[in-house]
Amino acid sequence: MKRVPAPDDQQPDSFAFTAENAAKAEQIIAKYPPRRQASAVMPLLDLAQRQHKNWLPRAAMNTVAEMLDMPRIRVYEVATFYTMYNLAPVGEHFVQICTTTPCWLRGSDDVVSACKNKLGIDLGETTADGKFTVIEVECLGACVNAPMMQVNDDYFEDLTADSTAAVLDALARGDKPKVGPQGGRHTTEPSGGPTTLTDFMGDG
Amino acid sequence: MPTLTIDGQEIEVEANTTVLQAAEELGIQIPRFCYHDRLSIAGNCRMCLVEMEGPPKPIASCAMPVGEGMVIHTNSEVAIKARKGAMEFLLINHPLDCPICDQGGECDLQDQAVAFGRGDSRYSEHKRAVKDKYLGPLIATSMTRCITCTRCIRFATEIAGVEELGATFRGEETEIGTYVEEALTSELSGNLVDVCPVGALTNQAYAFNARPWELRKTESIDVHDAVGCNIRIDCRGNEVLRVLPRLHEDVNEEWLGDRSRYAVDGLGLQRLDRPYVRVDGKLKPASWDAAFAAIKARMDGADGGRMAAIAGDMADVEAMLALKEMFTALGSPNLDCRQDGAKIGGKHRGGYIFNSSIAGIEDADAILLVGTNPRWEATLVNARIRKRWLRGGLAVGVIGGVMGSNDDLTYKYDYLGAGPATLTEIADGSHAFAKVLADAERPMIILGSGAVARDDGAAVLDLARRVAEQNGMISGDWNGFNILHRAASRVGGLDLGFLPGDDGRDVAGIVAGAGKGEIDLVWLLGADEIDMQALGQAFVVYQGHHGDAGAHRADVILPGAAYTEKDATWVNTEGRVQLGRRAAYPPGEAREDWSILRAFSAVLDQPLPYDSLAQLRQHMVEAVPSLGEVDEVGPGEMGAMGVAGDVSAAPFESPVADYYLANAICRASAVMADSSRLYLNGEEATGTDG
Repeated sequence: MKRVPAPDDQQPDSFAFTAENAAKAEQIIAKYPPRRQASAVMPLLDLAQRQHKNWLPRAAMNTVAEMLDMPRIRVYEVATFYTMYNLAPVGEHFVQICTTTPCWLRGSDDVVSACKNKLGIDLGETTADGKFTVIEVECLGACVNAPMMQVNDDYFEDLTADSTAAVLDALARGDKPKVGPQGGRHTTEPSGGPTTLTDFMGDG
Repeated sequence: MPTLTIDGQEIEVEANTTVLQAAEELGIQIPRFCYHDRLSIAGNCRMCLVEMEGPPKPIASCAMPVGEGMVIHTNSEVAIKARKGAMEFLLINHPLDCPICDQGGECDLQDQAVAFGRGDSRYSEHKRAVKDKYLGPLIATSMTRCITCTRCIRFATEIAGVEELGATFRGEETEIGTYVEEALTSELSGNLVDVCPVGALTNQAYAFNARPWELRKTESIDVHDAVGCNIRIDCRGNEVLRVLPRLHEDVNEEWLGDRSRYAVDGLGLQRLDRPYVRVDGKLKPASWDAAFAAIKARMDGADGGRMAAIAGDMADVEAMLALKEMFTALGSPNLDCRQDGAKIGGKHRGGYIFNSSIAGIEDADAILLVGTNPRWEATLVNARIRKRWLRGGLAVGVIGGVMGSNDDLTYKYDYLGAGPATLTEIADGSHAFAKVLADAERPMIILGSGAVARDDGAAVLDLARRVAEQNGMISGDWNGFNILHRAASRVGGLDLGFLPGDDGRDVAGIVAGAGKGEIDLVWLLGADEIDMQALGQAFVVYQGHHGDAGAHRADVILPGAAYTEKDATWVNTEGRVQLGRRAAYPPGEAREDWSILRAFSAVLDQPLPYDSLAQLRQHMVEAVPSLGEVDEVGPGEMGAMGVAGDVSAAPFESPVADYYLANAICRASAVMADSSRLYLNGEEATGTDG
C-alpha cells in the first residue's frame, strides 16, 4: 500500500527530543566511529517516532538530519524507504495484521474481518476517535503462531475472530490484554502440547 | 594490466577499468541508461548486460571490473535477450507519450527501444503514475516517464554539490525528487536535463518549442562569464531556441551554467534593432547615415584627448581591435576595457590570466581564494575545484568574497579573513595558512577580479604575487598564480592592449573627466556596468545589442550583434583563444560590431585597413600573435606587476551581486528574472513556470 506523508497542515512546525531521549540519542551516536555518525539515522528516527505518537513528522526528520550532519534528503530517503516509519498520524493502537501465506492459510482473513467489524474501518484507516489504525502487513516472523497481529510493540498470536475481538475490546477499554498466543499454549510449543522427548519427563 | 577479450578482440587495459569502458576503448558501444562516465556507478538500469564466459548469468558491464582472461560477448544471443528483457521491464511503467514529450527525437530510451524493444506489450496490469515534481523555474518535470536511473541524483550530489535530490519511497513507488517541494539551489541545475536519459527532466524554457530535427546547430563559445564554455546554439529560422554545452575537457567538460543556458530568451528581448539619435532629449529612430553623421559632427575638429572609449564585458576581440585602432588614429589615448576598474594588465601576460589553466586545478593541492566567489563568478571553475576536492588532499583557504547566505561553495574551506590584512599576514608568513601553502607541492592562488578592482588593487596584486612567489606557486612547469575574470571580453582586451595610452585616462578617469566636462565624447562598446549618471554632459555613443543602461544614456545608438550573431574571437580567463560562430543574424538593421566600426571609419575618412573579417583577423594576428593560437594555453610570462603599497582595511567583496542578472542579456531575460526573484529574494516564480 502506498504510504502518503501527512499534508502540511498536519505537520508540526518543530520537533525536539525530550531531555531523556536526547541523552539516549547521544548514546546511540556514540556507538559509531567519528564521522560515521550517519549510521545512527535509523535508531534516531525510531526514537523520534516513539516520542511523537508513533509517527514521524518532517520536523523530526530535519532534527535528526541536523544532529547527524546529514543532508535532509538523505534522511527523507531512509524514512520513506522503511515502511515501519509512519509518515502520517496513526491511532493510539497501531494494529498490523499479517496476511502473508502462513497466516492467511491459518485464517488471517478472519482476523481482518474481525477488526473491520469491530472497529468499523477498512484497512489503512483510522477510527474517528483516533484510537485504532489497522493496516495489512507482510510476514512479521511469527508464522509458528499464525495467524497473528502486532499492536504497537506487542504480538498477539494464534488469533481467531473471537480472540481478535476480545483483544480489541480490552485495548478499547484501556486494559492491557495478555500478549503472545491467545489460544492457551505457551509460546511456540506445539498446539496439542509437548510431543518431543516427553518420555523422559519425570523419569529423570 | 589485465588482458581480456571482447567480441573476439583482445585488449589490455588498466586495472579497475570496467568491462563497459574497455569495450568503449575498442569502439564497441554497449547500451546504457544509468551509467554516465562522469558520475559514480549505480548499476541499476541493467541495460548494459553482456555475456561473460564462465558465470551462468549475464553481467552488468558498467559495474564489472575487468579481470585477466575474461571473455566477453556483447552481442551474443544471451546478451541481446537479457537487454530485451531489461528494456521490457523499463517500458512497463514508461508512458507511450513520445509524441507529446520534449525529449522525443533525442531520447536514449526511444533510440534503444527501437533496437531492443518489443513491437507490442505483454503487460496488461496497472501502470504506475507519479506526481510531477517542482524543481524550480528552469526544469520541467514529467516524473511518470522516469526510469529511476538516478543520474540526476548523482549529478546533484557529486558534480553540483547540492544534496537535495533523492530517491524516496521504495519499489514501484520509488520517486525521484526533493521530497519537500523546493527549487534546486544550484547554478548547474540545467545539466540535469542533459543527464536525464528520458523525458522526465526537460528544459522548462524550451518546453514544446521545437523538435531536435528542426534545429540548426552551431558550435560556438559562451560569453556569460570568462570561462569560455563551449556551447552548441540551436536555432530554428533566425531564432535561438536553446543553448547546450559542448564537450571541452579542459574548459567546461560537458557542463554549462544556468545563466549561459537559460538567458537565451533575453536574446530576443530589449534588442537594439536600428540606429537611434537623440533629438531634443529623446531618442529617435534614424538611418545608419544619419547616426554616423551625428557622431561625425561631434568628432570633426575635436581634440582626440577629449574623446574616450570603453569596451564592455561581452565585446569580442575583433570589435575591440577596430575600436582601438580607430581611436588611436583619432589621437585618443583614453581607452579602457576594464569596466570594473581592475588594476591589471600590462606587458606581463602572467599577471592577468589564469596561468595554471582550469584543468590545472586538478593538479593543485592547496588553493587560496582571494576576494572571489567562484560559484557565481565562474561556475565551472568552481565545479572543477569541487571535483579536485572530492578526490581528497586539497586544502582551500578563503579570504573575503564569500558573503552572508551565499557562503556555500560546495566544498569545505577555511575562512581565513575578510580583507587584505589576512593576505598580508600570509605574505609575511605569520598566518597559519602560509604554512599550508608552503608545504603544498602545487599551491595555487585564485585572485578574483573584484579583489583588484579597488583603489588599492595594484597593491593587492603585488601582495598576491609575493604570496605566490614566496610559497613556491611559480616553479618549474607549475604556475599557480591565477586571476579569475568574470567578463568574457577582458583577457582579449588586455591582450590587445585596449588600455589607456600615454597620459591616457582609465575607466574612472574617463567617467570623472566626462562628469567634469574634460571628455566630450564617450564611445561605449557594449559597456553597461559603469555609472551612466556620472557621464555629465558628454556625448555618448552606445554600440551594442541590448537596450540596457548604456543605451538609455546614449546620444547615438549603433545596433550591434550579440554573441550568437557574429563570428568572433574570445579569450577566456586562462588566455585560451576560442572562435565563436554565427548561429543567427542580428535583428533588423543591426550589424556585426567590427563592420560598424569599419563603416564609420570610412565616414571619418580614416578607413581601417581591412574590408573583411579574414583581413581583420590576419591584421589582428600580426598585431598580437597569441590571438592566432586557437585553443592553446600555457602559463603567461611573469614579471613585475602591481605596485607595492599600502592596502586598505576594507573587506574583499565579490562583485557579482546577482548571478542571474549579471549582464545585459540576462537582464532582458524573463527566465533569469524569475530565477533571480526565486533564488535571491525567495519569491515564488511566476509567468514561465506554467
